[in-house]
Amino acid sequence: MGLSYNHPMPITYDEVQHVAKLARLELTEDELRAFQDELNALLGHFQDIVDLDVEGIEPKPHAVVRTNVWSEDVPRLGLTREQAISLSKKSRAGLFVVPTIIEE
Amino acid sequence: MFTKLSLAELSGLLQRRDTSAREVTQAFLDRIQHLDGKVGSYLTVDPEKSLAQADAAQALLDAGGSQPLTGVPIAIKDNISTDGMRTTCASKVLEDYVPPYDATVVSKLQQAGVVNLGKTNLDEFAMGTSCENSALGVTRNPWDLDRSPGGSSGGSAACVAGELAPASLGSDTGGSIRLPASFCGIVGFKPTYGRVSRYGLVAFGSSLDQIGPMTRTVEDAALLAEAISGHDPLDSTSLPEPPISAREVKSGTLKGLRLAVPREMLEGEVEPGVREVFEQVCQTARAEGATVEEVSIPAIKFGVTTYYIIAPAEASSNLGRYDGIRYGSRLDGNGHVGMVAKTRGELFGHEVKARIMIGTYALSAGYYDAYYLRAQKVRALMAQEFESKFAEYDLVLSPVSPVVAFRLGELNDPLALKLLDVCTIPANMGGFPAISLNGGFSSGLPVGVQLMGPVLSDERLLQAAYALEQALPAAAFRAPQFA
Repeated sequence: MGLSYNHPMPITYDEVQHVAKLARLELTEDELRAFQDELNALLGHFQDIVDLDVEGIEPKPHAVVRTNVWSEDVPRLGLTREQAISLSKKSRAGLFVVPTIIEE
Repeated sequence: MFTKLSLAELSGLLQRRDTSAREVTQAFLDRIQHLDGKVGSYLTVDPEKSLAQADAAQALLDAGGSQPLTGVPIAIKDNISTDGMRTTCASKVLEDYVPPYDATVVSKLQQAGVVNLGKTNLDEFAMGTSCENSALGVTRNPWDLDRSPGGSSGGSAACVAGELAPASLGSDTGGSIRLPASFCGIVGFKPTYGRVSRYGLVAFGSSLDQIGPMTRTVEDAALLAEAISGHDPLDSTSLPEPPISAREVKSGTLKGLRLAVPREMLEGEVEPGVREVFEQVCQTARAEGATVEEVSIPAIKFGVTTYYIIAPAEASSNLGRYDGIRYGSRLDGNGHVGMVAKTRGELFGHEVKARIMIGTYALSAGYYDAYYLRAQKVRALMAQEFESKFAEYDLVLSPVSPVVAFRLGELNDPLALKLLDVCTIPANMGGFPAISLNGGFSSGLPVGVQLMGPVLSDERLLQAAYALEQALPAAAFRAPQFA
């Protein structure tokens, strides 16, 4: 599956719903329809680079590329457990509280 | 009267003991209290903390251990982490988040004895061009309170223009320092990517984000850049070079400077008033002995598209961390995934959700090659085209924005807003340093011009900008009457 480079199909409502699920965004139906329109408008705009010949060009992942950056192997204090936990909206006994994932 | 002064002028007074750090800070705090209600540049001000920092700075001054900026106050964009002071990114997700650590730039300023005046408004997570995407407040342009200050660093620009701070820090992912600087008639400098540490800057587009100064003068921009730049082991993209030097900033000249004007930055919807100011700036540069030549850099026209694939892709990944569990706001939902999705779905604003959706789509299976990988190749092409021009010319000269500050609420087509970034995006794509300064006025509103140089030409760029500032009457800072 996937869009053909030269003839992009408009994104369907179901596809937008799927993207929202991947992005962990709970959206209303109105929002999903609005994003469907916005994504389709943008994808139309993206067409200019989809049509561009970029054969043989190495992708540039970063503005100023550095490779093999090492840091000194020196221990450094991080946050204490109390500091880290204190930022959470729900914690108990020094632990983050999350909804049950594995049922008994 | 202190609020009328530049960083360099304030520094002079403080070094000569003609005033105290507390007096200077108090003057700005008073003006903020009195007038920021009209502008809305600040999200958080903590006078007690600022004055305590001022007193500590005074102790440094009195002990003779001061640095050039010791005792001056500046404002900080609210996506830069400040230990013990809330850092909201103008988002409901981080509305009451108080970082347990300082960003590297904040630690550096503190070590230099610079006082934190407060945290400034922005488009939520720095995503926007008008500051209207803030979930926490409206910021107005001091030149016309019905108009946008530009974005995303709108609060940082408005507070400098409105004399509510002598200078500020902003961040720039696609033009977010330079565009609001242009709209508000001040100086905005985005250094070479990697010269200023991103540690503690809340990540948006990590390969593009850069912190930089927003000031009244080019000299101030150089002084502030010197104070915040330099290698940082806490940011693996930080460059090993020494800090940006402000020492030679005043020694620049336009004589003999070769300036390239890309025709692709003047095509399309450039307002006549902006075009007029830009042509005058070109004439001034020529009169001062520079050569100004039109060139073609074809990849510029793909910049907006490339940016609106790469930046949302990186954002969709970076903003994955807001799950409501470890920090930030949290809403209950159905099970674990339901809780995360409800928190994000309800608390992120529309533009942030739109970008997460675009980025998630562009990175999803089947589309990665067509969009993200392809955009990275176009990014490489664009950087190459600029680099080949930098072999023939010293700097690139252009407008900052095709329009002047627009009315709040006037531009609501998301695509139209995105097209305003055409002149600023290339600097982020290539990591190039770029600076915006006021070139003139159109119908009473500021019009910025941009100088851009190759990677690591920061000092040379600042010198040229200083020389241009001296040659342009409109570039001298003046404060609008909004009170």
